[in-house]
Amino acid sequence: MVANVKDKAVIVGIGNTKFSKESGVSELSLAVQAVKAAIDDAGLKPSDIDGMATFTMDTNDEIEVARALGVGELTFYGRSHYGGGAATSCLHQATMAVATGMAETVVVYRALNGRSGHRFSGGVAGDITTADAIHWGWYMPYGLLTPASWVAMFTERWMHNTGVTKDALFEVAHSTRVYGANNPAAFFYGRSFDRAEYDAARTIASPLQLFDCCQESDGGSAVIVTTPERARDLKQPGVSVRGVAQCAADNQEQMTSFYREEFAGIPEMERAAENVYAMSGLTVDDIDAAVIYDAFSPIVLWQLEAWGFCGNGESGDFVLDGALRTDGRLPTNTHGGQLSEAYIHGVNGIVEATRLVRGTSVNQPAKDVNHALVTSGVGIPTGGAILGKMN
Amino acid sequence: MTANELNAFEDEINAFVGREVCPPTPAKDDVNTAMIRQWTEIIGDTNPAYTNEAWAAKSTRGKSIAPPAMMYVWGQEGFAVTTGRPADAQADLVSLFNKHGYTGVLGTNVKQEYFKEVSPNDNVVMEMVIDNISERKTTGRGPGYFFETLSTFTNQHGEKIGTQRFKVLKFIPQEQPAAPAAEDTLQVPTRIASPRGHDNKWWWDACDAGKVLIQRCKSCQTLRHPPRPMCGECQSMEWDSIESTLDGEVLSHTELHHPKIPGYQYPLVCAVIRLGEGTNIVSNVVGCDPSAVHIGMQVKGKVEQVDEKTMLPQFYPASSGIRS
Ligand SMILES: [Zn+2]
Repeated sequence: MVANVKDKAVIVGIGNTKFSKESGVSELSLAVQAVKAAIDDAGLKPSDIDGMATFTMDTNDEIEVARALGVGELTFYGRSHYGGGAATSCLHQATMAVATGMAETVVVYRALNGRSGHRFSGGVAGDITTADAIHWGWYMPYGLLTPASWVAMFTERWMHNTGVTKDALFEVAHSTRVYGANNPAAFFYGRSFDRAEYDAARTIASPLQLFDCCQESDGGSAVIVTTPERARDLKQPGVSVRGVAQCAADNQEQMTSFYREEFAGIPEMERAAENVYAMSGLTVDDIDAAVIYDAFSPIVLWQLEAWGFCGNGESGDFVLDGALRTDGRLPTNTHGGQLSEAYIHGVNGIVEATRLVRGTSVNQPAKDVNHALVTSGVGIPTGGAILGKMN
Repeated sequence: MTANELNAFEDEINAFVGREVCPPTPAKDDVNTAMIRQWTEIIGDTNPAYTNEAWAAKSTRGKSIAPPAMMYVWGQEGFAVTTGRPADAQADLVSLFNKHGYTGVLGTNVKQEYFKEVSPNDNVVMEMVIDNISERKTTGRGPGYFFETLSTFTNQHGEKIGTQRFKVLKFIPQEQPAAPAAEDTLQVPTRIASPRGHDNKWWWDACDAGKVLIQRCKSCQTLRHPPRPMCGECQSMEWDSIESTLDGEVLSHTELHHPKIPGYQYPLVCAVIRLGEGTNIVSNVVGCDPSAVHIGMQVKGKVEQVDEKTMLPQFYPASSGIRS
């Protein structure tokens, strides 16, 4: 069955806070700043918001955000689980709420002090006996307890299976940072970066080195989703959700799906892609640019394969042809990605994908961008969306 | 001290800013090789420009020079200082601070600038003023004020050779927190243990007893790891277990470099290992160089005590002949 949501929800507002390593303010402050920026961008008032979608990991209760902003009544609030896998899942929630009339105008937000507060690189620990803690317990005693170490385990096997080399990882790391260096909002703004610096950087968990890994950032991002009817009256050109899907595949674990017959793959994203293509009526050839979740450089490669931009094991050649660059087949992570703009758990990626369709990216490709892909984190239950110009 | 008293006190100390501590005073002794030799010996500075007359004569200067950092040395009082200093503005300022409880003293920094060199037989003339006094600061030592003197050095021709700024903190000494009592026993961090609940405690208890078990469905015999309460094949909740022989093959591996977590020994290699029984397990590969670990490597496991509190399966290269 194909879900009937095509073009029933439209992104009409986007907002980011300043990104930093030390915000000096609460996560709630970041959340309301991001939401307010998105509301202003849309030309709406806080009281126009009647729904909210965020991450289970987000510390900012919907009702706290609502009270701080003066939103008033909420008729929809839904949270998505699995860390960065929740990025487009929040958009999925918002789309369903708007398409079904559960709410008219939903804000998706994520705000975190990811550097000055709780750091993901610190790893997992803890002795509260939840199913989640027991899950991490199969890895913690051995020292496999950071996101980089889990992704490294997949990457080593995937490189072994496909013959893809560090050249391709560097191309992802480099093309993304070239965009970031040109984005005043990016951590990497104004920086230079080359292969020598990439190679010389410390190893985090082999084969991943420092520049294969994303930032840890303080900041917030938000997008406003509403109906096409409402969108037509607002100040920004509408960016329509053509299709959005989430998927947890067979034998799924959170970052550690090591028990599949062949674990060097992301079947959950393949299935999500299939569903998004089916509900949008679009194919891979319709996608002009992308924001692909990049907590680590190799995960961009796997997703290119899952969405069919190239065959399995061919993503190395695909990117080494310059596909991700501004004049390439698929300009990707034009904001600098989470590798070099900021790590806001992929919601800054939805902001950038919206800009790409509006034509307002700081690194806008010369060609028309009719459709942009945006994805969530992988290795976990995940998903993605195709955004297009509102008809 | 009331706000008014504090204001009055600050007016009094601020009146010292700009006051002369010593007028231009020629050093009692000219710059000389004996003092330079002693100073460079103590400092350990072997630069021949200071002490090797023959070398210096052939250098671009044509003669030896005094180390610039000695600038302040030439005007120092000798033994006479032990019989007391003559009153000057700095001494008056210090006693004013002391009178108001700012008895603590801490020299915080010295900054010298050099403009011209001096050589033996030159004479260094020093003058000093109180240059500035900070606002009241809260410091780790207690509340206080920083004051800075500025000394200016000239040679016998009136040419400026350098300056020195010397900053001092005068503070009200605070009780310092007592150093934490020494631990009776040194706590050595151990590995982070898995929490134990209904679905996994039996597995870790067996591990503590030296065994690696694999959960088995009693109904359809399917093995499963990690343990779960229900069989995904037949939905039976009845299960028992078998003991693994810990013969395995490396499916993937990573060497953990950063961050280094307390309680773990590095180098540290983690691997996904397919056991001979058919299930996968994550563990460490030990007993070989990390660079020797590879996909397809045959390994043999053994449950070991890895620290004071932790029993874990550890896998060695099968070629090492280790037995579980
Ligand atoms: Zn069964």
